[in-house]
Amino acid sequence: MKKALIVSLLMGSFLTPVAWADTKDGVELAGEQVFTYRVLDDIKSFDPQINTDVSGSEIMRDLFEGLYNDDATGGQVPGAAESFELSDDKLTYTFTLREATWSNGDPVTASDFVYAWQRLVNPEFASEYAWYMELMGVVNAAAVTTGDMPLEELGVVAVDDQTLQVTIDAPRPYFISMLTHASTFPVPQAVVEEMGDQWTKPGNLVGNGAYTLTSYSPGEQVVRERNPAYWNDAETTIDKTVALIINDENQALTRYLAGELDKTEVPAGQYPRLEEEYPDQAHSFPRSCSYIYMYNLGESGPEYLKDLRVRQALSYAVNRDIIVDNVLQGGQYPSYNWTHQATTGFQMPDLEWASWTQEERDAKAVELLTEAGYGPDNPLTVKLSYNTDEGHKKIAIAASQFLKKTLGVNVELSNSEWKVHLDNLRQGNFELARYAWCGDYNEPSTYLGLFTSNSGHNNGKYSNPEFDRLLEESKTQADPSASYLAAETLLMEDMPMIPIYQYTTVIMLDETVRGWPFENLMQNWYSRDLYIAAE
Amino acid sequence: MLIFIAKRLTVAIPTLLVLIVLSFVLMHAAPGGPFTQERALPPEVLANIEAKYGLDQPLWRQIGTYLINVTTQFDFGPSFIYKDRTVNEIIANGFPITLTYGGISFVVAVLAGCTLGALAGVYQNTWLDYLAVGISIGAQVLPNFVMAPILVLIFTLWLGWLPGGGWQGGQWQYLIMPVIALSTSFMASIARITRSSMLEVLNSNHIRTARAKGLPIRQIILRHALKPAMLPVISYLGPAFVTMITGSVVVDFFFNTGGIGLSFVNAALNRDYAVMMGVTILVGALTILFNLIVDILYAWIDPKIRY
Repeated sequence: MKKALIVSLLMGSFLTPVAWADTKDGVELAGEQVFTYRVLDDIKSFDPQINTDVSGSEIMRDLFEGLYNDDATGGQVPGAAESFELSDDKLTYTFTLREATWSNGDPVTASDFVYAWQRLVNPEFASEYAWYMELMGVVNAAAVTTGDMPLEELGVVAVDDQTLQVTIDAPRPYFISMLTHASTFPVPQAVVEEMGDQWTKPGNLVGNGAYTLTSYSPGEQVVRERNPAYWNDAETTIDKTVALIINDENQALTRYLAGELDKTEVPAGQYPRLEEEYPDQAHSFPRSCSYIYMYNLGESGPEYLKDLRVRQALSYAVNRDIIVDNVLQGGQYPSYNWTHQATTGFQMPDLEWASWTQEERDAKAVELLTEAGYGPDNPLTVKLSYNTDEGHKKIAIAASQFLKKTLGVNVELSNSEWKVHLDNLRQGNFELARYAWCGDYNEPSTYLGLFTSNSGHNNGKYSNPEFDRLLEESKTQADPSASYLAAETLLMEDMPMIPIYQYTTVIMLDETVRGWPFENLMQNWYSRDLYIAAE
Repeated sequence: MLIFIAKRLTVAIPTLLVLIVLSFVLMHAAPGGPFTQERALPPEVLANIEAKYGLDQPLWRQIGTYLINVTTQFDFGPSFIYKDRTVNEIIANGFPITLTYGGISFVVAVLAGCTLGALAGVYQNTWLDYLAVGISIGAQVLPNFVMAPILVLIFTLWLGWLPGGGWQGGQWQYLIMPVIALSTSFMASIARITRSSMLEVLNSNHIRTARAKGLPIRQIILRHALKPAMLPVISYLGPAFVTMITGSVVVDFFFNTGGIGLSFVNAALNRDYAVMMGVTILVGALTILFNLIVDILYAWIDPKIRY
């Protein structure tokens, strides 16, 4: 079978591989190769430079292909690029593109990438993800975004049709891993310019991915089907992928159990039951997000949080095991630090308090809080804000109980609607606030960068020059893991947060669906890597 | 009558204008905006976006531009969140869906509700009355956000008869559960109103006279009782009809029909100003229109009312 495949690849795409389609990796394939999964919300856009959310990105990765793709374990494999060369100063990447075509038959060229990248930072186009080019460090990204420089000054050039050159402002060992992000995907310049706003409608949309958009019913479903013009169509198995938009996760689970879906998320608290009943279908595996209560250390923050002992005491007294085992029940990791422990290139710091038993932590917490001058005579009152949500509420109630019981701290819970919560965070209008961060790419700096003094996301206004210095230093190191370790250790010594838990993806996946990248921390999956086994 | 209608329509225009301006101001007064996100946008990026959508303009100018676009070109602008689509497209796509399941639910609710109510009224204190009242109370106390998941459990998971959601162009099997979920509580209210109004009418003088004359009971009810008994029901039906055809969040949420109800709520949560305004205007205009229709129906049914 494999031979037949190789022969057909060698001879070009005119040989259609018919015979080998019924087995893959020695597994017999089902006759119908259709994958149906649930997404939470309607799709905001099919334009890679406009899309901002996770479920949109899943679709982008099928409809378009960036320079590199993720493999099953989160490493990078060539996509639209065949290979790259890095200059000695580690600042210039020269990509050689493979011979490939758009779904309308036009060749994919380096200038399509240049067009897309310039589009992302074009002030008139006003993409919400314009900052991603800056994060990648592409030369002049910031100045182009503000309109201070013309688009042509962006550090990306088409040397010829098959050669793309990118210049960045400082070495980034993880640069290639940032290229799997949907906002860097190419778009067909000719089609976009001809169709204008209408180019993302089914029928108009032209992509270079393994699938094309065949239908979209807003609020209901998105259907994508195989693109025969895709360069690696011969190795693609799934013929059709359907995303059903189902807002309610319990409803989605019912429909999964009724056989309408091949994949859905498991609602909080239901994993233990489902795992017992459907051991082959319920899965829990790491996902790159971290859940914390952020302290407001800024000027608008309360006085008591300026005292390290109080910050430590509050953090120590929260029993994470109970939150994870009894509230969340989805195999999440109790968290004693900030960066997700499964992040590539991250070494967990040796945190003494993390190794203690909860009794030891509680005792230490009482001691610290008493030292800080709070106790039964002078009880501390803190305000914990979270955005309205059943899950956040349960965790907040549990946390407030731990603080009350162990430390006698009064916790005022305050919930507000999502946008109001975000606004309060931004304005520094909080004491302790629920916050969660998901990595943009699989590397510690996506987490640690958030707590640098000049970070736009550092709502708690934590600031430590030594921490900033360590991160600055890490940018130019060949192996920055030591700096990351030192930075994380320092961060946890300063304790600008109560770490609560680190995420897992908890899903139900039909046992006939194979090829799911469980080990990919970013959960970047591609329909073309999946296949449906015969029952 | 024509003068009355013309007068009401003239009043409708300033009413809508006030509605637009008030909603616009209130919406912008809510904390956060369409581009407030967990991942805060850098100031330069935010500035570009605000310029693109005109959010950098003073509020009075935004309202002015909006009013001009709406009144002169019927253009409700682009969605701030669903960026591939305009508000006109979102409404054009979602409203027919809601209109379909809402319209059917309305017919079902009216037919079933009036029948149940009338029967209960005519056969007061018999088993038929108790059954009808029982059904309508049951339907009233079971809110549709509880009923929707139960329906899916029964008809999709256990019996496997119906698809658990979706629309597929409005095929009948996709309509059944949304219609049940939406119509039940309206049906219950209609039944209750019909019953009490029927009882009242049946005890009135003209019915007693008709009985004394020896008219058959059937004729009394159909000809003399039903029409006046319908008056309170009709005043309820106007707003109920608008509520049903402008969308049920619950139906869209649980059955992913793609209707306009969920778009409205999501727009409010996402601060998608344009979509929210568009749907508000749609609902406002329909409410005014149907209140007018109800008033006209009143005059037609009740000879005592003259405009």
